Amino acid sequence: MRSDGPRAPWWLKLLAWGGLVFLHFPIVVVCVYAFNTEESAFTFPLKGFTLRWFQVASEREDVLEALGLSLKVAVAATALALVLGTLAALVLARRQFLGREALTLMFALPIALPGIITGISLLSAFKLADVPLSFWTIAAGHATFCLVVVYNNVVARLRRMPYSLVEASMDLGADGLRTFRHVLLPQMATALLAGGILAFALSFDEIIVTTFTAGHERTLPIWMLNQLGRPRDVPVTNVVALVVMVITAVPLLLAWRLTRGTEQVAGSSK
Amino acid sequence: MISNLLYRRSTLRLLLLLTPPLLWFGVVYLGSLLALLAQSFYTFDDFTMEVTPELTWINYTALLDDANADIVLRTVGMAAAVTVASAVVAFPIAYYVARYTEGLRKGLFYVAIMLPMWASYIVKAYAWTVILTKGGILYWFIGKLGLTGALEWVLELPYVGGTSLSTSNIGRFLVFTYVWLPFMILPIQASIERVPPQLLQASADLGARPAQTFRTVILPLSFPGVVAGSIFTFSLTLGDYIIPQLVGPPGLFIGTMVYTQQGSIGNLPMAAAFTVVPILIVGAYLAIARRLGAFDAL
Repeated sequence: MRSDGPRAPWWLKLLAWGGLVFLHFPIVVVCVYAFNTEESAFTFPLKGFTLRWFQVASEREDVLEALGLSLKVAVAATALALVLGTLAALVLARRQFLGREALTLMFALPIALPGIITGISLLSAFKLADVPLSFWTIAAGHATFCLVVVYNNVVARLRRMPYSLVEASMDLGADGLRTFRHVLLPQMATALLAGGILAFALSFDEIIVTTFTAGHERTLPIWMLNQLGRPRDVPVTNVVALVVMVITAVPLLLAWRLTRGTEQVAGSSK
Repeated sequence: MISNLLYRRSTLRLLLLLTPPLLWFGVVYLGSLLALLAQSFYTFDDFTMEVTPELTWINYTALLDDANADIVLRTVGMAAAVTVASAVVAFPIAYYVARYTEGLRKGLFYVAIMLPMWASYIVKAYAWTVILTKGGILYWFIGKLGLTGALEWVLELPYVGGTSLSTSNIGRFLVFTYVWLPFMILPIQASIERVPPQLLQASADLGARPAQTFRTVILPLSFPGVVAGSIFTFSLTLGDYIIPQLVGPPGLFIGTMVYTQQGSIGNLPMAAAFTVVPILIVGAYLAIARRLGAFDAL
């Protein structure tokens, strides 16, 4: 093979770039329609450009309430997921014990099974246990799949970390807590941050599990879904769609920046 | 120090660490899954609308009724179509990124595929309702290309057509393919990147033309990636109930059926029996995928 590498045929380039355009087209549409002057129609081409709907949306009580709830749920679910996911990762990263395989499989279930199953089974369990649907039932539902995300991130990092670091720390007389604080935690820091951001974005955007566990509470995605059923406030919906996307996409880009290049953490070569 | 004691008694430490996540998953998640399964055998009284814990097979036999079997077939058919289409659209993108991009351009493609994948699901679904609606962007664009006649002809076809793009199976199929496409691209890309370059050199040295190398070396070796991607596209379509509500003809999907049964009718046993269908299908699918080596490609 030549050192300058092979060149792609034109049709392959066309298909690949065409695919990228397809992937981004609806996202562009959402961004453009948020500035649409018209009140009730989706007609294209657009008639004019305005920032008015951002103002209108920022004064809507129902939108602000839904936004606040979504943020609170995402924070609670992320916190729960960080604690539980890290604990699980610490145990399952290296040790061999009976039932480890089963546990690993179990942690993959909420992602492998369709969300509707997680949603309805949680709902039926809450009903059986007489737990009233509330903020906490939403957060608990979200924590279940957020946990998996944190676990995956942290477990991958721990597996790449040389265990000799922990042994050295112990040999030098540090106890378990100290080793965790001074050796493990700094090594896991970016993985935790990335896992946390991912969990936050997932929870902020979640709709399928939420519709089952929410009761009368309305998160921002549920607010949007209700609007889609009976479209009355089209301009406000367009603005909310843009806001939801920015709040999920920006942290994800950050998380990607954080984990990029960490494949080469110390000792991974062995 | 207590932590030293814990380090020495490593089993104790293990148990202590594992208890909170295990309680959460074992009790809250698995517990509720099993509770749901149990309820699929409960009796629902059509007349009083009440659920009683009398065990019965009736919910499962009802799954075989024509109307219910229709729902299952409709959903599985759509999931299969979406999976095939995603693979066809994803492969060239994945192949190009894996074999012909490096450095900055590779990073650009990676982000450009990741971003729509993680972008809000409900917003993407919403964007498509805007795009597909009559008088919307796609109608305008097709009109500009002078293809309105062709579109009308397609919409009159049985099964795929409908009164407009946003109420047809084509529309629903398009939205499903769009939202799950990145889940197909990434595993295929990963599996193509894992094909050792020496194999390609060997193939060329032995006189194979590029198309032959592609067919006999790259395609078989990247197939596990396609299967891995198909797990996502298939299982996600099977369980989805938002997109079938928003786009496409009125017929129910497994997801919408589960939602209506438990929500508006209160027939949790029937809803539970319906959820067992995707669990079984996904389970069987995973078992086959495992044999095809798809798990190594994840």
